[in-house]
Amino acid sequence: MAIPSTMRWRYFKEGLFFALVRLSALVITVSLGGLLLYIFLNGFRTVNWAFLTLPPTDSMTKGGIMPAILGTFYLTLGAIAVALPLGIMSAIYLTEYAKQGPIVRIIRIGVNCLAGVPSIVFGLFGLGLFVVFLQFGSCILSGALTLGILILPTIIGASEEALKGVPQTFREASLALGVSKWQTIYRIVLPNALPGILTGSILGIGRAAGETAPIMFTAAAFYTAKLPSSILDEVMALPFHIYVLATAGTHIEETRPIQYGTVLVLVGLVLGVDLIAIFIRSFIRKRKRW
Amino acid sequence: MVTVEDTRVIYVKNVNFYYGGFRALTDITMDFEQNRVTALIGPSGCGKSTLLRLLNRMNDLIDGTRVEGEVIFEGNNIYDAKVDPVDIRRRIGMVFQKPNPFPKSIYNNITYGPRLAGLNNRIDLEALVERSLRQAVLWDEVKDILNQSAMMLSGGQQQRLCIARALAMKPDVLLMDEPTSALDPISTAKIEELIQDLKKLYTIIIVTHNMQQAARISDMTGFFYIGKLIEFNATEKIFTKPDHKQTEDYITGRFG
Amino acid sequence: MTRKFKEVMIRRIFFLFACVSILILGLIVTFLFREGIPIFRAVSIKDFLFGSEWYPTFDPPAFGIWPLIVGSFIVTFLSTLIAVPLGVLSAVYISEIAPRSIKEILKPVIELLAGLPSVVLGFFGMVVLAPWLQDTFDLPTGLNIVNASLMLALMAVPTISSISEDALYNVPREFKEASYALGATKSETILKVIIPSALSGISTAVILGMARAIGETMVVLMVAGGAAAIPESLFDSVRPMPASIAAEMGEAPFRSEHYHALFATGIVLFLLTLAFNLIADYISNKFKEVGSGTL
Repeated sequence: MAIPSTMRWRYFKEGLFFALVRLSALVITVSLGGLLLYIFLNGFRTVNWAFLTLPPTDSMTKGGIMPAILGTFYLTLGAIAVALPLGIMSAIYLTEYAKQGPIVRIIRIGVNCLAGVPSIVFGLFGLGLFVVFLQFGSCILSGALTLGILILPTIIGASEEALKGVPQTFREASLALGVSKWQTIYRIVLPNALPGILTGSILGIGRAAGETAPIMFTAAAFYTAKLPSSILDEVMALPFHIYVLATAGTHIEETRPIQYGTVLVLVGLVLGVDLIAIFIRSFIRKRKRW
Repeated sequence: MVTVEDTRVIYVKNVNFYYGGFRALTDITMDFEQNRVTALIGPSGCGKSTLLRLLNRMNDLIDGTRVEGEVIFEGNNIYDAKVDPVDIRRRIGMVFQKPNPFPKSIYNNITYGPRLAGLNNRIDLEALVERSLRQAVLWDEVKDILNQSAMMLSGGQQQRLCIARALAMKPDVLLMDEPTSALDPISTAKIEELIQDLKKLYTIIIVTHNMQQAARISDMTGFFYIGKLIEFNATEKIFTKPDHKQTEDYITGRFG
Repeated sequence: MTRKFKEVMIRRIFFLFACVSILILGLIVTFLFREGIPIFRAVSIKDFLFGSEWYPTFDPPAFGIWPLIVGSFIVTFLSTLIAVPLGVLSAVYISEIAPRSIKEILKPVIELLAGLPSVVLGFFGMVVLAPWLQDTFDLPTGLNIVNASLMLALMAVPTISSISEDALYNVPREFKEASYALGATKSETILKVIIPSALSGISTAVILGMARAIGETMVVLMVAGGAAAIPESLFDSVRPMPASIAAEMGEAPFRSEHYHALFATGIVLFLLTLAFNLIADYISNKFKEVGSGTL
């Protein structure tokens, strides 16, 4: 059976298309991989114990980034404390209680829209509400609330998915035993959905830790002489530190090593946290029996 | 004198088939004759669908599968390295268990295969659409809605559309994998009637779970059990006086 | 308190929490408008949107954000042009072509890279891409439209790829089998059956990618160059809306005209991304309800 000529033409097109597809995958892998490699090669010499544990000195040209790490930690912790309860409760309503209808449709559109609000607009909102109107000023509290709202849709989405993953038969079995709806949710549904919810919140942590724009006007400071003593103090933060060192000030070239080091720490932190979430998720998926 | 060779369309010779380390078919030898309906029956997991999908190399699409032996079609082994599976599938059509029209218009469902094969003349395509739909006894029901989505048809209509779609390629052989198992009795009857008409033009191999169906529509029947062809004979003989005890047990409903 | 009453109360409490998202959206609108509207006492809406001069600190100041809008659209459009083919084709690679071992590594890695902080991409564009562009093309500055578009594309690609891959993966196996059984090759099956069937998911991915690009701040703030003028070439600097807000808010005196003008720019940005998201929502729902219909 000789290959007819139209087949030859079709296989030529097939080869061309596959080459294009492989090339695209290669371009993405090489550029993103190259970016990470570049950051690692330039940053790893700077990152050592002293860099992680000392405050900046000599108008930020020497020393470490400990206050920025601490600030990012506080802000992220605060954001999760705000978003987690709100997000889980919203998700429980949407998956367990809500009946399909206009109200649920509106809530869903609301969550989707919130997910799409640009981060700088969250920054403006935080400035208008927390800093100015509620007079918290630029501080950990304002920044954490702003970041918490920013990651709320992520948490809602992940929690919803986790709750939906609990088989309907579990709920029916419990309800058929005469257990009330709330008891069923609390004792059966939530424990089974917990690992999935956890994964979602870890992804939220990664997002909150890496954001710059929302904290620019609500929490972040260029430099603080002391570590924060209350949630009403301004803080330094890793992403903002990178931005400031790379764009402002008179020592841009001189502080390059510190910039690379800070970038490496931030990337390591965010990707490390996300990696944990991805591992947990694949672990749950493999272990799941239903 | 007419030799047996003349009427054989597909000849399966000593075929073994493996999913990874699992042997799904053991030493199958059988031939399929022209303008006959051959039914493959047997309990679930007996390998009958696997054999069917082997005949147009659809099993190629599953990772980790391996074939030993030969499947001769038009004098060539279709598992020969120089044979193109795409070419084989053009000449051996297939209808699946669940109706699977594309989410495209009825017209575009039928013309999908012929267009890819290089037929682009509009008049020819229109004639082909009408011919195929008439053969599948669907023309009168859909001739005014050819541009509407195939997803809007009923399950039985969708399955006849899938048959028409396969016929539009003018195949030599039509493979049917439990084509009525997802359909209601009325649609099933229509498709069985259709198969009787189609065998005048095509060689049909059908996998079925329904023994009455095999008895009603097929000329030859092969009974499979745990990857082996237990008995292959004229349908009448299989259903009245089978040679093997296992066949009799299955047909009389003692297992499976 | 009866059990029934208790259950109803619990239900109501959860409902209130579910409404928090709507409440926040309402608050965002309220506070953007509260701080943004006063600028329209100084300039008309038309002059604000279409005025071609943005000199907020001059005397007298000019508050025309047209150059900022143009800047936003140009970098968004260009980055989409780069990111969509790369993202969709790489999704095709992962979902249809890659050997299983590569697929199992590449899929989570791309998902992981969607979480790369944008300040990192901005930094990379500044210290690596900008000097390279400047030297290679002999430009006055490497901080320009091309640089911003490339970095935005790099940022959007993982998002587009991940969502598209999900959409491709969810195309029913039956469609593929039907296509192969009719003698289609693999690429024909991908181009004529799989991609069309996944089109709603892919369009959602593209629109969300665009929404992300138009709202992204740090990349454009660091690498777009910051010139508030309508560009004449792809190597010109621009000042997209988010960059303008982020760069100037720190210096704008509290409740000055400049401050209000930046909030008003935020309103424009918010409404634009809202529109993008509503379109994405509409597309994904429409296709969900009727199936993909006729293609």
